[in-house]
Amino acid sequence: MEDKPLVDWAWIGDHLDDVVVRLFQHLQLTAIPVALGFVISLGLAIWAIRRPIVYGPTTAITGLLYTIPSIAAFAFLRPIFGLSLLTAIIPLTTYTLLILFRSNVSGFQSVPADVLEAAEGMGYTRRERLRRVELPLAIPLMITGIRLASVTTVGLATVAAILGDSFGGLGQFITEGLQTFFPTKIYLGAVLSVALAFSLDILFVRIELWATPWARARAEQTA
Amino acid sequence: MADQPAHRAAVVEFEHVTKRYDAPVKRRGGTSTKTPGAVNDLSLKVPAGKICVLVGPSGCGKTTSLKMVNRIIEPTSGRILIDGVDAATRDITELRRSIGYVIQQVGLFPHQTIADNVATVPRLLGWNADRLRARADELLALVGLEPGTYRDRFPSQLSGGERQRVGVARALAADPPIMLMDEPFGAVDPIVRDRLQNEFLRLQEELAKTILFVTHDIDEAIKMGDLVAVLQVGGVLAQFGTPAEILSNPASEFVARFVGDDRGLKRLALDRVGDLELVQVPLARPGDDAADARRRAHADPFRYLLLVDDANRPLGWVDEEDIPASGTLDEALANPVSPIVNRRTTLKDALSMMLDADVQAAIVVDRTGACQGVMTVDRVARLMREGEHGRMYGVFGDED
Repeated sequence: MEDKPLVDWAWIGDHLDDVVVRLFQHLQLTAIPVALGFVISLGLAIWAIRRPIVYGPTTAITGLLYTIPSIAAFAFLRPIFGLSLLTAIIPLTTYTLLILFRSNVSGFQSVPADVLEAAEGMGYTRRERLRRVELPLAIPLMITGIRLASVTTVGLATVAAILGDSFGGLGQFITEGLQTFFPTKIYLGAVLSVALAFSLDILFVRIELWATPWARARAEQTA
Repeated sequence: MADQPAHRAAVVEFEHVTKRYDAPVKRRGGTSTKTPGAVNDLSLKVPAGKICVLVGPSGCGKTTSLKMVNRIIEPTSGRILIDGVDAATRDITELRRSIGYVIQQVGLFPHQTIADNVATVPRLLGWNADRLRARADELLALVGLEPGTYRDRFPSQLSGGERQRVGVARALAADPPIMLMDEPFGAVDPIVRDRLQNEFLRLQEELAKTILFVTHDIDEAIKMGDLVAVLQVGGVLAQFGTPAEILSNPASEFVARFVGDDRGLKRLALDRVGDLELVQVPLARPGDDAADARRRAHADPFRYLLLVDDANRPLGWVDEEDIPASGTLDEALANPVSPIVNRRTTLKDALSMMLDADVQAAIVVDRTGACQGVMTVDRVARLMREGEHGRMYGVFGDED
């Protein structure tokens, strides 16, 4: 076996198409579960805020789902859904629920009591209050949860490589690299994953800043 | 308001209202852990356009009573009538939008600009954007905040006093006939509070809303209330009456203790110079005949003349002894020792000025500065005496 360089830049240059496709697949594997997970956990959080008794069991169930090994989940779902996106999306979505449910509940709980009371006293209906007062004020903590869930999902999604070429994402580089003793692919997959996680994190920080101009006003005030 | 019916103030009537709590109540948000006070068979009627202050120690049910009006709390039994209509029969959202609500922590929406905060209820009522903007500006100006400066700021950029003003503006936005104010000036320092109270009273002179106002501070109650309801722990109405009635004739030991031993002094802050019957003293102008002036001064129990100018503005006292036997009066004779007050001056301030000047009398002038008469310590004492017997004003007759 001839001596290979640590990173074969020429190979990467020749396979930029693959890089773009798999990066996009990976983004898909992250964005869809986080988005779905957010919608589901938002519904659960609203329920838990209205009926506090729901909070305990929901935390327990989402916690239990979180402990299922991802490989096992993929292996279990593959016979049912085949090599479809669903096989990856379902477990990845369930993994986000624990984080997102808790951060969404915290977000609602962070709305000051006097603000809620004022809204109630002024004749907001429950729905209007949720939409115009509680949701906007819960944004900072909700986004904190989304950032955490996104970074986690980027990492977990590498396991989706078992889905193969159509949906496998960056994990395929790593798997193939391991199988063919080609470190370039391993490094490529790992570095791109980290870069993707990092970029998403920055993106959401940006979104939070944009979505909460009042917090910026406060920061400028105290500066 | 073009398409807004001109709101009159409404009559608010509590009819045997009772609220019992079986277990401590938990509210969302965590911070308010204290159990609301119960209310026991509360009946009282607030006439339209008056400020009724609910005052009492903590646990007396004053806040509970207030919150039953906009049904944040529902009574266990009894009815609250608004212009004769049972609040319980009205649509809760519509009811709340027709009642201004101000709370101690203000509860401004931190994520909305000041203009958006102020326009909250009109927006819920579906006003269009132009009208919302115009109304917000109008109200900001009304509460003394320059719209250009404040409209686009966020609540976190305002001082406590400014936030309270925004809270009042927001409550007034849809021109509600009723306002509920729960310790609205409780979270600001005493100097700001005093100013906000005065501004609010001035505002109320124009607005004439029916206002229920909760405080634990008897001085604030006396200052703000046309009527004061003193509640004691357990939600029992201890006394309901004008501040003067409560200060002069406390209905029970509890009320007497709650208003304090200095209730006589508190009355002085309540009554104004205009409540006194003024003493008329002989007036003279520079250039008047001295001999005649001397005769007139001698005939007066005070033995003094008040020298005034052509517009009746006081120049000062002239002692009978100092009036020359012949010739004319000269302005130089005038001794300007007495403080000048007007009918709106409180007796407390007037007496304080008299003590400072070390005199027994103050000269009362009208808006033009013309002398209306003289107030004396003796007249104040007489007013207080009459008050003790339940009769406040209209004591005439001269016994000086």
